Amino acid sequence: MDIAFSPEELTFREEVRGFFDEQFDDELVSRLRGDNFKTAIVEWQQRLYKKGWIAANWPVEHGGTGWTPTQKYIYETERSERGIPGVIPFGIGMVGPMIYQFGTTEQKEKFLPGILDSNTWWCQGYSEPGSGSDLASLKTKAELDGDHYVINGAKIWTSYAQYADWIFVLVRTSNEGKKQEGITFILVDMKTPGIKINPIISIDNEHSLNEVEFSDVRVPVENVVGEVNKGWTVAKALLAHERTGIADVAQSKRNIRLIKEAAAAEINGGKRLMDDAGFQAKVADLEIELMALEFTELRTLAAMAAGGFPGPESSLLKIKGTELQQATQELRMETAAYYQGVLPNDMDPEVLGHSWTHEAFRNYMYGRAATIYGGSNEVQKNIIAKYVLGLE
Amino acid sequence: MNFDFSEEQQMVRDSIARFVQDDYDWDTRRAIVASDTGMSEKAWQTFAELGWLSIPFAEADGGFGGNIVDTMVIMEEIGKGLVVEPYLPTVVLFGGLIARAGNEAQRSAWIPSIIEGSTSGAFAYLERQSRFEIADCLTQAKAAGDGWVLNGEKVVVFNGANCNQMIVLARTAGEQSDREGLSLFVVAADAEGVNRVDYPMMDGQRVANITFTDVALNADSLLGEAGAAMATVDAMIQEATIALMAEAVGCMGTLNTKTLEYTKTREQFGVAIGSFQSLQHRMVDTMMAYEQAKSLLFKVVCEYKQDPASAESSIHALKVFIDKNAKLVYGEATQMHGGMGITDELDIGHYAKRLMMINTTFGDATYHRAQYIDKAYAA
Repeated sequence: MDIAFSPEELTFREEVRGFFDEQFDDELVSRLRGDNFKTAIVEWQQRLYKKGWIAANWPVEHGGTGWTPTQKYIYETERSERGIPGVIPFGIGMVGPMIYQFGTTEQKEKFLPGILDSNTWWCQGYSEPGSGSDLASLKTKAELDGDHYVINGAKIWTSYAQYADWIFVLVRTSNEGKKQEGITFILVDMKTPGIKINPIISIDNEHSLNEVEFSDVRVPVENVVGEVNKGWTVAKALLAHERTGIADVAQSKRNIRLIKEAAAAEINGGKRLMDDAGFQAKVADLEIELMALEFTELRTLAAMAAGGFPGPESSLLKIKGTELQQATQELRMETAAYYQGVLPNDMDPEVLGHSWTHEAFRNYMYGRAATIYGGSNEVQKNIIAKYVLGLE
Repeated sequence: MNFDFSEEQQMVRDSIARFVQDDYDWDTRRAIVASDTGMSEKAWQTFAELGWLSIPFAEADGGFGGNIVDTMVIMEEIGKGLVVEPYLPTVVLFGGLIARAGNEAQRSAWIPSIIEGSTSGAFAYLERQSRFEIADCLTQAKAAGDGWVLNGEKVVVFNGANCNQMIVLARTAGEQSDREGLSLFVVAADAEGVNRVDYPMMDGQRVANITFTDVALNADSLLGEAGAAMATVDAMIQEATIALMAEAVGCMGTLNTKTLEYTKTREQFGVAIGSFQSLQHRMVDTMMAYEQAKSLLFKVVCEYKQDPASAESSIHALKVFIDKNAKLVYGEATQMHGGMGITDELDIGHYAKRLMMINTTFGDATYHRAQYIDKAYAA
């Protein structure tokens, strides 16, 4: 029972700080906020790749860092304190681990390098217009025709499909047996004829979500990851991976810090908002909840280091993590007062009267999705009830 | 970073769990609480024989040389078994104060006798008006010759009814709420002028209000430096709070386990009630509350082990967190046990009552939230 950093870990922390200070420069920060988000984030990820830090959770043999839980904790803490965005999850966090876990040698050689160096942008084809929480009811169909599958159907809520080179898709390859049994996990080149992207503007007034339609899209059979009709195994493993990252304690800690800074500058009736007892209590309760979640995540990381892949316990991190994200986003909006309603625009903050409220608005609004994606929090509770508590 | 327990800690955990299972079942515990003293001398002697009373004390004082992790392990198991014997008052508080502030003679006078189970101790620090501010102390000790004369009253003294020795916080200088001018004295329970009124609390503890009327104390009774007790007391209460929170986590874990088992076997509408999604989701909530409370306890214990001063904010946070989440856990346990949950016969309500007492001991959530804010958000 010990959390003291060793001399090696302190050295590592200095290295992380030095790298961030040098590489996450102001010029990059301004580009990340602009219209060229994709090229800016790819460039940042490539700087991480060159440093060898792109895949914190991957095993060393596939290009991962081999970091201990403590190193991951140090890295995430330093990252969040600087407001540095996390790695886009679809390649590194999702499809990559499925390829090295379930893929063939050829698939590993073909896809892992592009995921690691960020030259391939991936997106996720899971949900469908008719299949949300009941993911296994998916209907997008893949029929064998020679050495190709022919895919027809539609996927929805596909983040950044407009930027993507490839999509990993859950398709129905059989209608026999239980609905989970006829699903296959397949990789599709977005340039394949028959793919159409329909943008969805979200509640934050932004375009990151899409519907992706498939009309007679022909995909080589060698693009199936894992066994045909056994894609549900892959799908579940991916979701467990996705959930651990979703907690994003570091991001919520940053939000609390920003709230405190802003509330120290806001004056209400001659008194700092941060000196208001009711407001202080709200901040304190959120900080306390985050402390508990942070150490729950550390316990999970320590257990993963000992036993490999995350289990259903990761659902806890997803539930509490997203609840706290939303609670901090909500308090940040409260801190913004009437400025919370100002739509994102390019106006000079001097003219507008506030500089940070756009970010608060976007984070709060898009943040409503966090308790829905990655398996809704209600589904997570079903998972814990069944697999952890043994309730049927 | 690791959250592992040593082999010795695992052995202590197993041995207490075995004791609870074999010798401290629910009927036994009920009989103990209903007995004249409200505790079992036989159980206490077993604790002594198995070495549990020696664990926090330094090897130089005849102890096992354990640290806060060992105390956490013991208290968590005590919480699971709802053990009513006075480990916290005697070993953690009385023994802890002697170990922290006592001179060589005082340590050798009391620590071996705590370890062998013959000294039963208490810490008398609360007064009628003090609520959670320990420095709000009216009990007075005046210098007289080589010694002191003690006058005043302490209330809700844990183990106050059964202890044979107590440490009393008394004012030797200054005004009512001054942090300076407070001193600690070791007082024999049977000393002339000591009068105890004992009564049971809802969680089965026997406590006492104790009055001191011209109690003559010799110079050796003073523990630590006269007038400078608060630093010792604050540090002691911090450690005891961690111990108490470990007990709370133990209680919460057992409540969840018992509730889960119950919902798997209790049938209504022809099925186990645990098959209902509305109950499942609430049991997930209580499971998360428990796991998170445990995580925060681990944080506090790890920080405290490194440097007690660094854990101050986290201890306030833990007290706030446990208060809220213990209420959730015992509230849901009571509700899901249905009518049985509100009977005296079933243990569920007794775990609830213990958690309620724990929540108010050493300051409740409102108090600790204010302390946390004072330290963290001062302009």
